[in-house]
Amino acid sequence: MSLLQIRGLQKSFGGVKAVDGIDFDVAAGELLALIGPNGAGKSTTFNMVNGQLRASGGSVKLDGRELVGLKPREIWKMGVGRTFQIAETFASLTVVENVQMALISSHGKLYSLWSRAAGAYRNEALELLDQVGMKADADRPCSALAYGDVKRVELAIALANDPKLLLMDEPTAGMAPKERNDLMALTKRLVVERKLAVLFTEHSMDVVFAYADRMIVLARGRLIAAGSGEEIRNHPKVQEVYFGTGKTFEKPVAQEEVAA
Amino acid sequence: MSSFLVQLLNGLAGASSLFLVAAGLSLIFGVTRIVNFAHGSLYMLGVYIAYSMSERLAGGVGFWFSLVFSALAVGFIGALIEMVLLRRIYKAPELFQLLATFALVLVIKDGVLWIWGAEDLLGRRAPGLEGSVEILGRNFPTYDLFLIVIGPVVLALVWLLLTRTRWGTLVRAATQDREMLSALGVHQSWLITGVFALGAMLAGLGGALQLPREPANLGMDMLSIGDAFVVVVVGGMGSIPGAFVAALIIAEIKAICIWLGDVNFGPFSISFSKLTLVVEFLVMAVVLVVRPWGLFGRPQGTPRHSGAPEAPLRPAGKSLRWFAVALVAGMAVLPLLQGQFPYALVLSVDLLIAALFAASLHFIMGPGGMHSFGHAAYFGLGAYGAALLMKAAGLPMEASLILAPVVAGLGAVVFGWFSVRLSGVYLAMLTLAFGQIAWSIAFQWDDFTGGSNGLIGIWPSGWANNRTAYFYLTLVLVVVGLFALRRMLFSPFGYAMRAGRDSVLRADAIGINVKRIQWLAFVIAGVFAGAAGALFVYSKGSISPEVLSVTKSVDGLVMVLLGGVQTLAGPIVGAVTFTWLQDTVARSTDYWRALLGGIILFLVLVFPQGLAGFIHDLVVKLKPNREVAR
Repeated sequence: MSLLQIRGLQKSFGGVKAVDGIDFDVAAGELLALIGPNGAGKSTTFNMVNGQLRASGGSVKLDGRELVGLKPREIWKMGVGRTFQIAETFASLTVVENVQMALISSHGKLYSLWSRAAGAYRNEALELLDQVGMKADADRPCSALAYGDVKRVELAIALANDPKLLLMDEPTAGMAPKERNDLMALTKRLVVERKLAVLFTEHSMDVVFAYADRMIVLARGRLIAAGSGEEIRNHPKVQEVYFGTGKTFEKPVAQEEVAA
Repeated sequence: MSSFLVQLLNGLAGASSLFLVAAGLSLIFGVTRIVNFAHGSLYMLGVYIAYSMSERLAGGVGFWFSLVFSALAVGFIGALIEMVLLRRIYKAPELFQLLATFALVLVIKDGVLWIWGAEDLLGRRAPGLEGSVEILGRNFPTYDLFLIVIGPVVLALVWLLLTRTRWGTLVRAATQDREMLSALGVHQSWLITGVFALGAMLAGLGGALQLPREPANLGMDMLSIGDAFVVVVVGGMGSIPGAFVAALIIAEIKAICIWLGDVNFGPFSISFSKLTLVVEFLVMAVVLVVRPWGLFGRPQGTPRHSGAPEAPLRPAGKSLRWFAVALVAGMAVLPLLQGQFPYALVLSVDLLIAALFAASLHFIMGPGGMHSFGHAAYFGLGAYGAALLMKAAGLPMEASLILAPVVAGLGAVVFGWFSVRLSGVYLAMLTLAFGQIAWSIAFQWDDFTGGSNGLIGIWPSGWANNRTAYFYLTLVLVVVGLFALRRMLFSPFGYAMRAGRDSVLRADAIGINVKRIQWLAFVIAGVFAGAAGALFVYSKGSISPEVLSVTKSVDGLVMVLLGGVQTLAGPIVGAVTFTWLQDTVARSTDYWRALLGGIILFLVLVFPQGLAGFIHDLVVKLKPNREVAR
C-alpha cells in the first residue's frame, strides 16, 4: 500500500470547483511532482493535504489514517513535514534555533518554562543543518540569510521530526538555476537515503523532468495525466493545456476573451 | 412607552456627534493605518474653539459661523500635526505611532488647560433652536432634533466625497493599498495630509456641535476617544457606513440602559443606568469575538513594513551580569542613605513596582507580539485582589501577596482566551475593552470595591510595616519576578512564543499551537502584573479605580516603548525613566503632562528603537568585529 492515498479529493470555493475529485498515490521513496498551468488547483490540493485548507470532499490517507479534518499541527505530528512557497522561518531566531524549535516541538517540550532552550537538541539541529549544507551559518540570524539559504534552512526544519512525507510547495521558486539544482539534488538524496516520500509542486519544468520519479498533471481541478517524464511529455492532453491546440489563432478572438 | 421613544430620540442625537468623531478616526486609520489617540483631543479642541468664538461673535450668524470656524481650525491643526510629526513616523512600528499620538494627547490637554483654564465652560445655546418641541407629550430640545438630522447629512456628504470625486477615489485606493497607489505615481503626502485634515475637521465639528449640550471640560478627550474607538472597532476599521451604524447602536443601547434605570429581578436589583460606562465595551467585546473585523470591516492585509526584524536573543554577557548584580547591590544599600535622601526609598519602591509591571507587559508585547492596551486590568486585579483578600477575607499580607497574583492570573485566563483569537489593532482594542470592563466594575460596585473612593487601610504586616523592611520585600520580590520573566524568555516556551509571533504558518507547520502558547503567555504576564499590583497596594495603603484605568495601561505601554520593545532590558529602563520623569516633572511644574508628552515625542523621533535599543546599537557599533544582528 502506498504511503499517501488521495481519493476523490475536492474543494469548492463558492461555486468554483478548484479541485474536482482527484485520485493519486505517493509511495515511500518516491519524488512525485504535481504540475499544471496556473489556476489548475495545485496549491489548493497541496494545502488540503497539509491541513491548511479543509477539503470539501474525498479523503487523504497517510498510512491508512485519515488526514482530512485535522489541523496542520496534527498532520505534522503524524510525520508530514512541509516547506512553503514563500519560505517561512522564524526571523528573530538564529538558523540553528529555527531547527531546534522544531526539535523541541517534536520532543513535546514546548511548555517547558524553566530549562534553557539554547542548548536543547543543539547537536541534532547542527547535524540536520550539516545535511543541508548550512552548518557554517548556524549562529547567524535567519533574517540575515540569502533567500536560497533560507529555503535550505526550511528544509532542515521540515526534516526535524523525521517525517515520512515531505510536502514542498514550489521549492525552487525565486532561486537561481544553480541553487535550484543543488536544492533538488539534496532533496533527491534525502528521498533515497531516508526512504522519504516527497510531493512537490513546481513551475520550472527543467527541475521537474530532471528530478521527479513520476509526475501528475492537473488542469482545471482535474487530473489529466500521470506517468514518467517521457509519458507526460508526449501526452496529448498535457500538450494541449500547456501549449494550446494550435487552433487559437485560426479564428477571430472570441468575445469573452476580450472581456477577460 | 412615550418616555422610551423619547429616550430613543435622545440616543439618536447622541449618535450624531459620536459618528462624526468616529468617522474621522476611521478615515485616518484607513489611509494612514495610524490609530490616532489624539482624535479625542481634536474633538475637545473643537468644543473649546467653538466656545471662544461664539462668546466673541454674538448673534445668530456668529454662533453658526463659530461652529464652522472651529471645524476648519481643528482641520488645520490636524494638517499641521500630520506634516510636522506623523509624516516622520509612518515607517515606524505601529506602536510607536500610537505612542506619538498619545504624547499629543498630553500636549494638547495641557495646551487647553493653559489657554482656557481648568473650569468647565458652558457654551451658549444655539440661536433659533433654544426651545423645545413637544413629542408624545414630552418636551424634546429642538437642538437635538437638529443633531439627529446632521449625522446622516454628514454621512451623505462624506460618502459623496469618497465615491464621486477623484480625490475620494484616491483615498479609497490608498485605504486598500498605499504602496500600489504610490507605484502608480500618485503623490501621497498631500493626499494623506488632506485625509488627516478632513478627519480632524470632522472631530472638530463633532466637538463644536456638542457645545450647546454639555460644558467644555478637560475630561472630554479621553471620554470621546474611548467612545470613538469602540464605534470604529464595532463598525469595522476604515468603514464610514460602519461607523454610522455602530454609533447608532452604541448610542441607542446607552439610551435604553438609562431608560431602564434600576430593575429588580426577584431579589436582585440591577442598575442599568450605571451600566452605561461598561455597556459599550461589552458590545465591542461581543462583536470582536463574533465578527473579528467589525460589522462592516474587512480583514486587513498584513502591513508590509513592520519594522526591522528583531535580533536573536543572546544570553547576558559577563559585563551585563555584573552590571545587574552591582545594580541590585547598589539598591540594597539604599536604606543606609535614608538620612540624606529620605524620599529615595519611596521612589525606589515605585520604580521597582513599575519595572515589574512593565516587564510583564513587555513579555506579551515584545516576544509575544500581542499589543495589550488593557494591561492595567491585571495590575488592578492584583491590587484589588490583595486589598479584598485582606479586608473581606481577613487574610494576612503574606497570604494575600501570594494569592493576589493568582486572582490576576485567573482574570487573564478568561480575558486571554478571547484576546488571543484576535491580532493586531483588534487585539489591542479587545484588551482595552476588557481593561475598561474591569475598571467599571471597580468603579461602580460600591459595596464590594468601595466604588470611586476605593479602599483604604491596607497596610503590610507588622514586620514589614516600615519603609526599610517594605523596600527590601519589594526589592526581593521584584528581582525574583524580573529574573523569572527573563528566564522564561530563554526557555523553550519563550522561544515558542517568539516563533509564533514571527510566523504563525511555520509554527503551526511544526506542531506549535500558537493560540495556546499565547494564552499561557497572557496568563503568565497577568500573574506578574498582579504581583506588581499587590506590592503597589501595600506600599500605598490604599487603592482606587485609578490603578485600572486606561491611563495606567498606557503608562505601561509608554514604559515598554520608551525602553525599547525589542530589548529585554528595555521595559526596566523604560519603567525607571518614565516613573522618575513623571515624578520629577510632576513636582516641578503644573504642566507636567505637556512636558512629558514633549519628552515622549522627542524620544520617538530621535530614538525610535527605544532607550535600551539605542544603547545596544551604540555598543554594537563600538565593537566592529561582531556581526551586527539587525
